Amino acid sequence: MLNDKQIFALQEKANDIRESIITMLLAAGSGHTAGPLGMADFFTYLYFHGLRHDPVNPLWPERDRLVLSNGHINPVLYSAMAHSGYFPVEELKTLRKFGSRLQGHPHREFLPYLENSSGPLGSGLSQAVGMALADRIDAGAKTEKTIYCLLGDGELDEGQNWEAIMLAAKYKLHNIIAIVDRNNIQIDGYTEDVMPVDSVAKKWESFNWHVQEVDGHNFADIDNAVNRAKAIFEKPSVIIARTIPGKGVPEFERDYHWHGYAPNAKTAVEDYKHAFNELRTLGGKIKSEHQ
Amino acid sequence: MLNPNLKLNENLFSDSVEQVPIRKGFGDGLLEAGKLDERVVGLCADLTESTQMHLFRDAFPNRFIQVGIAEQNLASVASGMAAMGKIPFISSYAMFSPGRNWEQIRTTVAYNDRGVIIAGSHAGVSVGPDGGTHQAIEDIAITRVIPNMIVVSPCDAIEAKKATLALAVLGKPAYLRLAREKTPIITTTDTPFVLGKAQIMFEPKNGKATVGIIATGALVHKALVAASKLEQEGINVKVMNLATIKPLDVEAITKLAIETGKIITVEEHQIAGGTGSAVAECLAKNHPVHMGFVGVNDRFGQSGTPAELIEHYGMGVEGVIAKVKELI
Repeated sequence: MLNDKQIFALQEKANDIRESIITMLLAAGSGHTAGPLGMADFFTYLYFHGLRHDPVNPLWPERDRLVLSNGHINPVLYSAMAHSGYFPVEELKTLRKFGSRLQGHPHREFLPYLENSSGPLGSGLSQAVGMALADRIDAGAKTEKTIYCLLGDGELDEGQNWEAIMLAAKYKLHNIIAIVDRNNIQIDGYTEDVMPVDSVAKKWESFNWHVQEVDGHNFADIDNAVNRAKAIFEKPSVIIARTIPGKGVPEFERDYHWHGYAPNAKTAVEDYKHAFNELRTLGGKIKSEHQ
Repeated sequence: MLNPNLKLNENLFSDSVEQVPIRKGFGDGLLEAGKLDERVVGLCADLTESTQMHLFRDAFPNRFIQVGIAEQNLASVASGMAAMGKIPFISSYAMFSPGRNWEQIRTTVAYNDRGVIIAGSHAGVSVGPDGGTHQAIEDIAITRVIPNMIVVSPCDAIEAKKATLALAVLGKPAYLRLAREKTPIITTTDTPFVLGKAQIMFEPKNGKATVGIIATGALVHKALVAASKLEQEGINVKVMNLATIKPLDVEAITKLAIETGKIITVEEHQIAGGTGSAVAECLAKNHPVHMGFVGVNDRFGQSGTPAELIEHYGMGVEGVIAKVKELI
């Protein structure tokens, strides 16, 4: 269980990551805003607490695997990787630029520390299931690795997910944890208007997965759910993370228009001055260096 | 005459030539690859016997994954297994894999540069009575266009086995094109096989060849029979077996074009985008010559016996002979 001190440290780290997400999107001038901000807490939890990994030795064979299926939220992935030491934080400003390792959607030819390339939706879970199957062949039931797959709720429209969900259940892959970002938006609107996916939980349950729903901004909740998922042996686990898209910048929150847009670089600093300051000070809980 | 250096089946022009489905060579090769390297895994989408993967499944049940009728999942699960150090072979009908799951192959296999081998069985119209839905005649075009991808189309079961074993140690994304129907045995276990190397199987007894025939897959035998008949008529040709369509053996193809000045390609595939196009791209750049294309001309397949269909689409012995005569 996380203690208060650990939780506060994670909250501070999540704020750094949110700041970097905004900085990199402003520098890039395009990209996705809502998803990365919404998943900043979960990525912070994974990279700074949950994940067994070694940024100094990124290809450590015994590492957990993190498969990002909805590649468009990669600003949060890159940001979490940079802040945990995979590459310099300064490099984040090269996002989406020619020659950058930080491609518009993740490409492991450019950044080999990525477990997978992604962008086209619906195929990350299949790759994670393949990793879990391979790990099961090698390490058997005693495996210590966890294969995490992060996917979006809109992405569940893709039929391939359900093929992967069936396969993981068939082979009772306890070494996989799927994390669905349930933020209720996709490019064209709210998920329940574009293509209703509810009840997300009941769907996964009926496909024989162990299902938990958490507040995706509550570190204690996240930690408990991940630990519980690891304790389940007879089936694969999914954690449905209820998140607020754009979380941290009130102007962006819950507005699906921010799914696929980046803030305007010329006016953003002035437009969202208050919000960015809130971010920096963790809602006034910490003293800003700018005060 | 047959090229003696290749130690081909001496009985290949006989009516009693042994016939084995090309996919059988894949099944045997995969079983052997599985014995040689425990990292080899097999994944199938509910066509295990049909694609001959059952031999591997029965020998290595713990390394066989049955994914059900889900070809998109098939490709991406294999990519994940390759990411963990496995050597995955996936099998289905070519129409469904690499047909149905093309984007998954592009992104999760090739873009990721994961060494997954896609065995597509039942390629070509020789699938027969199942009809056009099941006859993949676009598969070479859609695989050879993907960066990082190797494309191999063996001419018989023996070559298919060698190709399977070669791909198992290559560690690259690859498409292995297989045919359903029994196909005459052309090669022997002593025939050399190197990925990326074309072979001249037939050459004139005397004098110079006036046409170079470049054939691939199950139609190599038709091309050889056509060459033999043309030889009896006094028309000298060379026949190249182009087993690896990508990477293309540019040197051998260019050499053949320089020597003959006329090239015909023979494939059980759409003329557009396939082997003929690959050869034309190569020759347009290196040594442009007059070309003819034997293949399906912008049509879908249909039901019939394999022999009927091959003839109907002009890909039989007579079709090859006619195309040669058209060119000279």
